[in-house]
Amino acid sequence: MADAVVEQGRLARAASPRKRASLHNKLGRKSTVAFFLTLPLILLIAALVLYPALYSVHLATLNKSMQKFVGFGNFTFLFKRETFWMVVKQSCLFAITAVIFKALIGFIVAHFVHNIPAKGQRKWRGMLLVPWVIPPAMSTLAWLWLFDPSYSAFNYTLSFFGIGPIPWLGDASWARFSVILVNVWYGAPFFMIMYLAALKSVPDQLYEAAAIDGANWWQRIWFITLPMMRNIIAITTLFSLIVTFANFDIVRILTSGGPLDSTHLFATWAFQVGIQSSDIPLGACVSLFMVPILAVAAIFILRDVSKRGNES
Amino acid sequence: MADVALRKVVKRYDDVEAVRGIDLDISDHEFIVLVGPSGCGKSTTLRMIAGLEDITDGDIMIGGDVVNDVPPKDRDIAMVFQNYALYPHMTVAENMSFGLRLKHYPKAEIKARVTEAARLLDITDLIDRKPKQLSGGQRQRVAMGRAIVRNPKVFLFDEPLSNLDAKLRVQMRIEIKKVHQKVRTTTVYVTHDQVEAMTLADRVVVMNKGRIEQIGTPNELYHKPATRFVAGFIGSPAMNFIPCRLEDAGGKLNIRLTDRISFPLPPARAARYNVLPRTEKLLLGIRPEHLTESHAHLEPGVETFDTVLDVTEPMGMETLVYFGLEGTPVCGRVDPNAGAKDGAPMRLAVDLNNMHLLNEATGAVL
Amino acid sequence: MSMLAIDKGGPSRKVKYGSMSRDRTWALRWSYFFLVLFAAFSLIPPIYMLITSLKSSAEISAATNPWWVFHPTLSNYFELLTSNQFLRFFWNSAIVSIVVVIVTMLISIPAAFALARMKFWGSATLATGVFLTYLIPDSLLFIPLFKMLAVIQDFTGIALLNRWYVLLLIYPTLTVPFCTWIMIGYFASIPKELDEAAIIDGASWLQTLMRIFIPVALPGLIAATIFAFTVSWAQFLYPLVFTTSVDQFVLPVGITTTLIKGDVFNWGQIMTGALLGAAPPLIIYAFLMDYYIAGLTAGATKG
Repeated sequence: MADAVVEQGRLARAASPRKRASLHNKLGRKSTVAFFLTLPLILLIAALVLYPALYSVHLATLNKSMQKFVGFGNFTFLFKRETFWMVVKQSCLFAITAVIFKALIGFIVAHFVHNIPAKGQRKWRGMLLVPWVIPPAMSTLAWLWLFDPSYSAFNYTLSFFGIGPIPWLGDASWARFSVILVNVWYGAPFFMIMYLAALKSVPDQLYEAAAIDGANWWQRIWFITLPMMRNIIAITTLFSLIVTFANFDIVRILTSGGPLDSTHLFATWAFQVGIQSSDIPLGACVSLFMVPILAVAAIFILRDVSKRGNES
Repeated sequence: MADVALRKVVKRYDDVEAVRGIDLDISDHEFIVLVGPSGCGKSTTLRMIAGLEDITDGDIMIGGDVVNDVPPKDRDIAMVFQNYALYPHMTVAENMSFGLRLKHYPKAEIKARVTEAARLLDITDLIDRKPKQLSGGQRQRVAMGRAIVRNPKVFLFDEPLSNLDAKLRVQMRIEIKKVHQKVRTTTVYVTHDQVEAMTLADRVVVMNKGRIEQIGTPNELYHKPATRFVAGFIGSPAMNFIPCRLEDAGGKLNIRLTDRISFPLPPARAARYNVLPRTEKLLLGIRPEHLTESHAHLEPGVETFDTVLDVTEPMGMETLVYFGLEGTPVCGRVDPNAGAKDGAPMRLAVDLNNMHLLNEATGAVL
Repeated sequence: MSMLAIDKGGPSRKVKYGSMSRDRTWALRWSYFFLVLFAAFSLIPPIYMLITSLKSSAEISAATNPWWVFHPTLSNYFELLTSNQFLRFFWNSAIVSIVVVIVTMLISIPAAFALARMKFWGSATLATGVFLTYLIPDSLLFIPLFKMLAVIQDFTGIALLNRWYVLLLIYPTLTVPFCTWIMIGYFASIPKELDEAAIIDGASWLQTLMRIFIPVALPGLIAATIFAFTVSWAQFLYPLVFTTSVDQFVLPVGITTTLIKGDVFNWGQIMTGALLGAAPPLIIYAFLMDYYIAGLTAGATKG
């Protein structure tokens, strides 16, 4: 810019040095301001997210006393342990089953809420979102009490139907069922609220046009609702997959991984190995196994979110 | 108040040149309208005067000082935006006084100025309302009030009436004109609506593709357009352009439109066009109002011809008639009682005293 | 529901109209039926908390009908609310959550403003990075963070482990990315002309942020504040790892570790504690439900 100005002679000659200086000032000022505004954020992410993430890779290559570099030693050690493979299986089973049920229940309930007259929707939505609002550590205590081996309120009720008593947390299969049940209870409202927001954003004219074209209830869902919500469904599901896969609170409080490690997830097992048994490198190693699945989900979310950004 | 001058102003975004060297002198108290189709660079020019866009090359002067690197707040300008840009969380009074409060004016003076501007714009009753509670026209007034209280050197308007419905737009147009008559601040006004441009401006600047096509008073632009673009852009319905050529006919100069239709040119026109080569491809530019029904008694320079109408549009005070001349669609304006009917033959009169002759290749008006 | 009507086919106009409205009524009845079912499922645990919290230990161990309180008593509430230990947990939780909210806002708002409005080198990458950071769960970072804090503590001599205030440092990693992300969305939805008008009115960047952006994006700010508070209040893993003495505990850890004494579960007190611990988020939710939901859905619908 300054180069072109010089050619202009008389007027520019006098103004040129001042011009150049003030231009630099201005540019300097704007990016400097932006830099200082984002600096705390950058520092926070770099020091307390990025660095620990890399540090955990380093930790995973040390021996238990953290004196010696063992390379992939911790990883090969894990591969040989039966518990590790059980944790992998249980984590996947837990995450996938829970997410599927959360998504299904969320979708169905969102439809029911959307179906009823608008003035009542607020009240129902309010009640149905309560599980998501209560801190999971607190609500899981209530579930623990509901599942209590001797005083279970569920078993008390079921006994009238001649069922039970059910060992909710005592038996491996039932315990697996129970942790999933509690996770679905906690997470389904999130799906419900996201789907409800998406349902509200589908213009009524589309449904009216489809009704005129002769589409029935099921066809309207299949050809209009689902395609219009596809992006929200994808983002919500992937996001929930990450959160569920990395879940800690519910399993920790309900079963602490038991019985016989059958309900351990990566997070709870890493806690037990790394913190409770003080084998920090092995714990870091266990939690690192979450990274691949988290990364895949994150990439897909990012793609969908930026797609949404482009649409709007 | 001050004059504004643009010297060879250029704006380049990456590889696109939005404004390609504009020279413009706006004198004190003048109401200038920049008009042109979307993408012609008129808004960019305005935003460069405001300081919201850096200029790539050239100089902008306000009151004689080069302001190229002066930030907007120090240019002493006020701007009215298309979507009003009222601060939604402030009342009308707070909106209007925001700039003054930032500059720490004394409270009494702020109050006096806001009251005065509100009185001028007839929004005294709305002073404690929030923008949400106002109609489009009222918001527009508040946006103007916000500009007026600052008592700036220059007012800048960026398509301020585009978001209003047609009726309100006409009303606000008159308001703006009244306000300018009272306040007399130098004004630069951007619009894509040529009617707004014609009705408001002291001088109109017609822009196209980043350049100025013509600067002139509304009448000059209407009656003496310099280029085909200006001729076609100003006036509604737009001017007709009919391919034609000149030919000599027994010492007189004729203009031939089709094999059947040719007219002798009026003497003044004949003298002016006589120098042109007869082979050159030309366009006859004629406004619809100069294509009317034929009368028994014709003025000199008015010629008649017969045609078959395609479509007629009764507008009430006039009827627009559409017909083709060798494939060129042409529009005329006839009296509603002249009996124009869809598909019917009709004798029309063309007033060649008001004709324009254009070079087809360059678009220049000859 | 309406499939039935389609199968019947419409012999005459009148019948079809009748079946349409009957369809509606049935659809509505089914909707309410299932909503009642799901609402019951949703509300059983909190209601059961309340029921149990009103029972004495004697009534609980008598194994009477668990769904009914025969001798309601507030003794559990009295005991907890007069227990210094429980009040300490509550106080720790409150101070941590409130400070974290303030820190989060101080970091997020300026950063979101810069990322939404000042295009600078790397701003797009940084915005994406912020979003990705939000997807990194606590269970991935607690071990390296624990070790990191231990190393820093050894190196500098500043006590970090087993101190509640270290949570002020750690919690923002959970709250800042999301709050920044949704504030970017809210700020970006403010029309560009509004800041241009402010600039012409003579406002600096800081004045534009403080006097225009923050007031206009107030709903987003409230949503972000609620999010930061509830996340801090509910966080369980980090305090469980970083604090070990009773006087440093926040509520979730305090309740789960101290009220469960060996095999003796004092369920009346546990449920009372859990209910009191759930109360602040529930109260916020009850009064600011719309902001809460806006914040919840903003992550995917904005930005």
